[in-house]
Amino acid sequence: MSSASGTNNSASKPTSTRAKPANKAEATADWVDGRLGIYSLAKANLRKIFPDHWSFMLGEICLYSFIIIILTGVYLTLFFKPSMAEVVYHGSYLPLNGIKMSEAYASTMNISFEIRGGLLIRQIHHWAALVFVAAMLVHMMRVFFTGAFRKPREINWVFGFLLLVLGMFDGFFGYSLPDDLLSGTGIRFMEGAILAVPIVGTYIQMFLFGGEFPGTDIVPRFFTIHVLLIPGIMLGLLVAHLILVFYHKHTQWAGPGKTEKNVVGMPLMPVYMAKAGGFFFLVFGIIAAMSAIATINPIWAYGPYRPDQVSTDAQPDWYMGFSEGLIRIMPGWEISVWGGHTLNLGVMVPLAIFPAVLAAIAVYPFIESWVTGDKREHHILDRPRNAPVRTALGAAWISLYLILLVGGGNDLFATHLHLSINTITYTVRVGFFVVPVLTFIVTKRWCLGLQRRDKEKVLHGRESGIIKRLPHGEFVEVHTPLAQKDLHTLTAHEQPQPLELPAETDENGVARKAGVVTKARVKLSEGFYGEGNQIAKPTTEEYQEITSGHGHH
Amino acid sequence: MSENLPEAHAASHGTDVATHGEPFADPGLPAHEPRRTDIDERAAKRAERQVSLLFVVSMLATVGFIASYASIDADKLVYIFPLGHVSALNFALGMTLGVALFCIGAGAVHWARTLMSDHELPAERHAIEADDDVRNDVIEQFRTGAAESGFGRRKMIRNTLIGSMALVPLSGVVLLRDLGPLPEQKLAHTNWDEATPAKPIKLVNMNTDQPMKPEDVVQGSLTFAKPEGLEESAEDFQQRIAKDALMIVRIAPADLKDAKSAELGFEGILAYSKICTHVGCPISLYEQQTHHALCPCHQSTFDLADGARVIFGPAGHPLPQLKITTDEQGYLVATGDFDEPVGPSYWERPR
Repeated sequence: MSSASGTNNSASKPTSTRAKPANKAEATADWVDGRLGIYSLAKANLRKIFPDHWSFMLGEICLYSFIIIILTGVYLTLFFKPSMAEVVYHGSYLPLNGIKMSEAYASTMNISFEIRGGLLIRQIHHWAALVFVAAMLVHMMRVFFTGAFRKPREINWVFGFLLLVLGMFDGFFGYSLPDDLLSGTGIRFMEGAILAVPIVGTYIQMFLFGGEFPGTDIVPRFFTIHVLLIPGIMLGLLVAHLILVFYHKHTQWAGPGKTEKNVVGMPLMPVYMAKAGGFFFLVFGIIAAMSAIATINPIWAYGPYRPDQVSTDAQPDWYMGFSEGLIRIMPGWEISVWGGHTLNLGVMVPLAIFPAVLAAIAVYPFIESWVTGDKREHHILDRPRNAPVRTALGAAWISLYLILLVGGGNDLFATHLHLSINTITYTVRVGFFVVPVLTFIVTKRWCLGLQRRDKEKVLHGRESGIIKRLPHGEFVEVHTPLAQKDLHTLTAHEQPQPLELPAETDENGVARKAGVVTKARVKLSEGFYGEGNQIAKPTTEEYQEITSGHGHH
Repeated sequence: MSENLPEAHAASHGTDVATHGEPFADPGLPAHEPRRTDIDERAAKRAERQVSLLFVVSMLATVGFIASYASIDADKLVYIFPLGHVSALNFALGMTLGVALFCIGAGAVHWARTLMSDHELPAERHAIEADDDVRNDVIEQFRTGAAESGFGRRKMIRNTLIGSMALVPLSGVVLLRDLGPLPEQKLAHTNWDEATPAKPIKLVNMNTDQPMKPEDVVQGSLTFAKPEGLEESAEDFQQRIAKDALMIVRIAPADLKDAKSAELGFEGILAYSKICTHVGCPISLYEQQTHHALCPCHQSTFDLADGARVIFGPAGHPLPQLKITTDEQGYLVATGDFDEPVGPSYWERPR
């Protein structure tokens, strides 16, 4: 060892070809790279290309509002007491002075009136939650209507779907925590719904509430679910969602130079770092300003929860409105089964439709690829008009959601529009079945009309507004031919053919009958891409014929 | 015109332009068009000043936030058009925070849009799935590993492992048992069942806390009542009132359509459960002309003159009724529990 000190140390070191760091920052980066290997990670991602389109920021709004919810949520947990122990209120809000209430409600009052900035953070938390769910819904619509959920992104669709569902439920749990009159009524509704579950309903109810309604356990239990369990799962899903977005690279719209094999846009560093990072502050700033001017959930106006009291327009937050609509329009069917047992269909059926509608959305990518037999990767987005059946299905879903939202707010519609609540409810009952079908038909025809218009534009050019008189006296409007990039963009979409039934006999002449499943699949595929479900794209021949001077009109 | 078509386009631009078998050729990425700030240094300087100004405004707003926090009282109200009277502190904090954050965002976005490069660049995509060599190699490695484990060969180990894995989550389910008591008959009874003909329980007006006499109940009015002895200070008040709450109405005996219901009442005074049989909201809206009671949550409507039959809405059965009479001092009393369980329906509920 001692002899080693005499030798030249640098000779025994492995020689490094690495350039000397130019400055402190590079030296730090070198240090970190030696421990974490950041250079290999950054190599692929630092100048990663993102395509630009306004609709791609909807997902960003979801991400940023989620971060805002977590930040403000942590603040609120520092002051909120998730306890149903009874206290007497002696705070600065005089109308409730001396009133008995739970600690949960009292501490929410304290946050709203005593803690400086507490009301603001509470309102930012609630507003951000509404923005979060709204942005998730709209983001999901964007992904749906453009076909961005197709291979390889089906799994990410499911992750996104789970985030939406968890977000909705976490919103419900959060809404229930202050233990005010409105939120307690929501929990009572949940209790009634649980009781309607056959066989195990009463057991679940007793275990969830720790006894009979309302007991003293539900708020602390919801608190743990709201701040720990669901957000924890959501955080994991969110990270997975974003990793997949990075891994798949972003989809893009058809256009000159854009193919299934490339992605055209601007690099992460610096443009997207600045734009996306800046956008976080825009979203946060707007939500903060909203919370300064618009009061949300004024729990002091409702008062503490009492099971024998209720206020009118008892309604959940809007994103739960469709379950509320289902429960309000369902007739009160209650039947007796197996001697003495009660099946509460009036509550059970709506509660079964609720997950069924959600599940239909969750599995849609798999259904579509099964029906169409399309197993290829897709990175170029569909314009909604070029996938009429998908677009019409999406519109039908939205119309169902909206009609149920009307059902969920039937009392508000009745009082504001001076209508009979019974009439609204009967109308919604009929509308539940009729409106989605009508919406489907109208939307599909609309899409086909737009496709025809595109074809017209490609073949005849754009209307210029200039009227020309021909030598023989006829007036015609001059059409401007489209630029090459527009011709390409308008005709870049695919037009898949429907599946066909296999030949009735195989190559050896042996009869081979198609099964029921195959037949159904062919029929559905016909419904997607068959005759009358898409307008044939203009062909080279059609274009040549028109532009060569013959038959020009 | 014909240069728009794939063949002609390919001929005039070399063969590197993809045609994709489409009717019209893809002209490829358009040339970059410079922005004003790219060619005019004065415009670029102006943009730079605008960005910096936004960041400075943000700094001022943060200072304003801290100043508001320190100087404005939490209970001070101000009138701001068109919001009305709002908390001065909430408004000041929210607006300054909003401006501070928004200006950072606006500055960054403005910077990116005007001064950073706006050259669109293409990047190649790579297939998500591995090539065949990698795939075969991995499958082979897995097969080797699986064979070495003997998982497929030693069926007994495999089956018992699957069995143990399937059973072990049950411990987690069993552990949830002590979350709450068993339902037993708890939902079937209310606290009115402590009343007997020998020891009746008085009906107490919810608002005045006084026992009620028949003459206190005005025809066409709706009164809420609770059992005597149930005080708001009681530890389990919430749990008890969730079942015991009563709705007292007085209907002219001639208007009563249901004989059994009339018999349970006293001289046209009827005591119904206040808890809706749909999902358990308290019913609070009464229309004295029609004797209809409406639940504000989901609009279930009950005809109180007809045994609280459901006439509209999602409730599945009538409101339970409490048999009432008067005691020797003339107070309204109950002598037993409701004729059936109150509140929302459930599996074990007799029907």
